[in-house]
Amino acid sequence: MSDTTTTSTASKTAFNWRGLVLPITFVVAWYAATALNLVNTKLIVPPAGVVTTGLKELTHGDFYLGIALSLWRDLSGFTLGALTGIAVGALIGASRLADKVIGPTFHTARQISLFAWLPLLSALVGTGDLSKIIFIAFSAFYPVVLGTLEGVRSVSKAHAEVAKVYGFSPAQVFFKLILPAASPQILSGLRLGLIYAWLATIGAEYLLVNDGQGIGNTVFKGRMAFNVELIVFGLVVIGAVGNVFNRIAELIEVRLLRWRAPAR
Amino acid sequence: MSASTDDIHVFPVSIAPPDATLWQRHVVDAARHGLSATSTLLLGLILPTLLFALWWTATERHWVAEQILPPPAFVWESLKYVLDTGELLGHVKVSAVRVGWSLLIGGSAGLILGFGMGLSRTFKAYVFPTFNAVAQLPVLGWIPLLIIFVGIEEALKITAVSIAVVVPVALSTLNGIANIPQALLEVGRVYKLDSFQVISRIVLPAAAPSLFTGLRQGVMQAWLSVIFVELLSSSEGLGFLMAYSRQLSQIDMVIVAMFAIGVVGIAIELVLRLIESRLQGWRRSAF
Repeated sequence: MSDTTTTSTASKTAFNWRGLVLPITFVVAWYAATALNLVNTKLIVPPAGVVTTGLKELTHGDFYLGIALSLWRDLSGFTLGALTGIAVGALIGASRLADKVIGPTFHTARQISLFAWLPLLSALVGTGDLSKIIFIAFSAFYPVVLGTLEGVRSVSKAHAEVAKVYGFSPAQVFFKLILPAASPQILSGLRLGLIYAWLATIGAEYLLVNDGQGIGNTVFKGRMAFNVELIVFGLVVIGAVGNVFNRIAELIEVRLLRWRAPAR
Repeated sequence: MSASTDDIHVFPVSIAPPDATLWQRHVVDAARHGLSATSTLLLGLILPTLLFALWWTATERHWVAEQILPPPAFVWESLKYVLDTGELLGHVKVSAVRVGWSLLIGGSAGLILGFGMGLSRTFKAYVFPTFNAVAQLPVLGWIPLLIIFVGIEEALKITAVSIAVVVPVALSTLNGIANIPQALLEVGRVYKLDSFQVISRIVLPAAAPSLFTGLRQGVMQAWLSVIFVELLSSSEGLGFLMAYSRQLSQIDMVIVAMFAIGVVGIAIELVLRLIESRLQGWRRSAF
């Protein structure tokens, strides 16, 4: 993305072999250190152990149940947070009065670090799925509001006047003007919200580890049982899920914004 | 600004005709400004007042149990108590020191990585794919593994929060350097600047906004993760105060800690804005 020089056009298509050097060196060093007993293998487990644990988990129903439950919480929380986020963002962005009434409270509440809400939330609605989903919705809410706000504010005055001249109804203004014009910023807000929602899912499962099942619970229970293989495997899964979410969001973004390209 | 145009009806133009003396116009402007500032303030206070009234009524009428949501007066007493004993400030200091060290360690590592990848294409080819893959994992994911390696003491907090800082700082630095216009670098070549001059006169000023973005995101990530790691395992700090009070069902103290976390968050935001405005001044003079 940052290769701007002309010389790199050829190397862009070629596979970057040099990128593999570091991971391969790491795995070889890891393997050698454990095979030669240079380190405490209780702490630094051999790579083969992680693979066997992983394969064992993959044949286990509980593992899939955990992932399914985490994904369900993540996506329902995200959906809730994203919908309210778009609504609030559009409201603050479009109406100056709403901005003055809601804006200060929103921007102040935003300064409270995300996880600081969890203890109070758990006191008010318990430690079950409901409080986790509300918390995840919260985490997605902030970036989506900010993205929508920025997008709605970027709608040009000229377009708004055209809509006024043509006598658009408020619903038409929202769906035909504001939403399309603000879509790039809304989508990047949604993408950020998706990342934060996954972070919040894992975080909530770590902090409320004894309540329910999920990939975060699995990893943290591995920590308590000193099962390093399970922890490493779990981290790989958490990272992979985050990565997949990011890729899907990227694809959707490109797909939805394709119509904008010829306009330039 | 746009807000003042709303209030033109309140102060008709006749009060400040074009030929009014300068001080008259100043007085009118100030009044206009004061009025719009007051109305903004009042409008901004509506929602907090409503929320506070809801909280007050809910506890007064016993809609919720006092153990679940303590009345405002009780929270206020607790806040005064921990402020008087200095307990609250002690916890704030512990958390702030952790953030400070992590910013120093994680920030330097991020700058080195970012500058390395931005300035040397070879270094980037070797490091970037690994860096990008590792960066995808949420920082909190690392914590169980870190606990095994570094224990649950101070080293855990500093390491975890530092990792949270490295990624945004490195990425923003890399982006900032990669997006420097080629024309600027060519000017440097024409003037035969040496590499130190290129970095100090062209690269740094041109990449300054991105570097600042990195700092901002780094600080925010650090503040987020320090609270998390303190909630998870700690014996001091604001996150600990929350987790401990929650265990003892002292929700008043949980709310006090939330309040303190919010105040620190606002202070961080103000400091960042100050740095940003300074930075912009410096940038203009550097070019």
